[in-house]
Amino acid sequence: MSKPIIATTSLAGCFGCHMAILDIDARILQLIDLVEFNKSPIDDIKTFTKECDIGIIEGGCCNSENIHVLKEFRKHCKILISLGECAIMGGLPALRNGIPVKECLEEAYLNGPTVGRNTERILPNDEELPMILDKVYPCHEIVKIDYYLPGCPPKADLIWAAVVALVTGDELNIPYELVKFD
Amino acid sequence: MSETIKFTIDGKECQGTKGQLLVDAAADNGVYIPVLCHMRDLIPAGSCRICTVKVNGRNMAACTTPAEEGMAVENNTPEFLDIRKAIVEMLFVEGNHFCPACEKSGNCDLQALGYKYQMMVPRFPYAFERREIDATTPKIFLERNRCIFCKRCVRVIKDEEGRNIFAFKGRGNTLEINIDRKLAATMTDEIAQKAMDICPVGCILKKEIGFVNPIGQRKYDTMPIGSDIENNHQ
Repeated sequence: MSKPIIATTSLAGCFGCHMAILDIDARILQLIDLVEFNKSPIDDIKTFTKECDIGIIEGGCCNSENIHVLKEFRKHCKILISLGECAIMGGLPALRNGIPVKECLEEAYLNGPTVGRNTERILPNDEELPMILDKVYPCHEIVKIDYYLPGCPPKADLIWAAVVALVTGDELNIPYELVKFD
Repeated sequence: MSETIKFTIDGKECQGTKGQLLVDAAADNGVYIPVLCHMRDLIPAGSCRICTVKVNGRNMAACTTPAEEGMAVENNTPEFLDIRKAIVEMLFVEGNHFCPACEKSGNCDLQALGYKYQMMVPRFPYAFERREIDATTPKIFLERNRCIFCKRCVRVIKDEEGRNIFAFKGRGNTLEINIDRKLAATMTDEIAQKAMDICPVGCILKKEIGFVNPIGQRKYDTMPIGSDIENNHQ
């Protein structure tokens, strides 16, 4: 039987959750025996070349590109996991939710104390740039998400236990200390 | 002399005094019923409903219901575990609870109940309402994004003459917690600390002491909420 295939991505996140994946330390050698990686920042495969079994999503959706990537993951992965607070509830990027986008952009590019010389008073408007959304959306409000691993970042032991349980089919028993929202 | 009564919680035989609030009587018998708004010896508010139990077939708030002789109380049934989880989830989506950025994280009762009921994600959509922060008083940050309207601070924190320092303003979805700026200016460090300690979330924060306990040494890092009550009576 071929090995299960994992894809990962970071949407509106800080890559901390991916760092937490790497926190499994030497177990990464066991991981390579267990699974194969496809599209992921870890192996730098940029587009799906195979259908995947597990998609791990870090970060919520703050712009149109995030939505596009998330929908691609839903299309190509049998199981999607929201990894970390940003994927689950928007996280720190969602601190802007409740504040109108216009107000945020003006603060960032026109009126903020750290704004440099923006003499033409331009808000980023290149058509190559993804559109910013009205607010930051948790992933499960855009596509169906199958599992959630909370934490900021989730503990490496939690990620390891969840992935191994999913791949082997063993029951997942999570100790109290492992599930934290911070 | 107070009358001793007998009742059961999930079949366990318990003793209490007549008229004692069910939630307190349960705690005296080593049974934890979760609370957010309730504090012992305070007039009950019954506002958060997290302590909902079934008494003789009816849903009741254990913090407002007096214990009676012969009561059959259902507490840790699958039905109530799910109801409580739903209440915690509702409180999480109603406010803006960014645990990673909160000074109360690890010491927060609401978060600890999320852990206890293994909340992985709320079943309700997030509201993301805009709420204003009040940092104008010398000792206290009022972080309204996290207020769950338990009314503990309103009921407990008074100045030397017994006047309220905290109060509610508005009704319905405009309801918000407020602080009396004049009276707040007279708050001592002890009162400010007490206000922070009784707040079950991270709404009332004492200034200049953020993140005082490192991760791993906070109240609920290793001990689930309620385990002190349960362990006392084994």
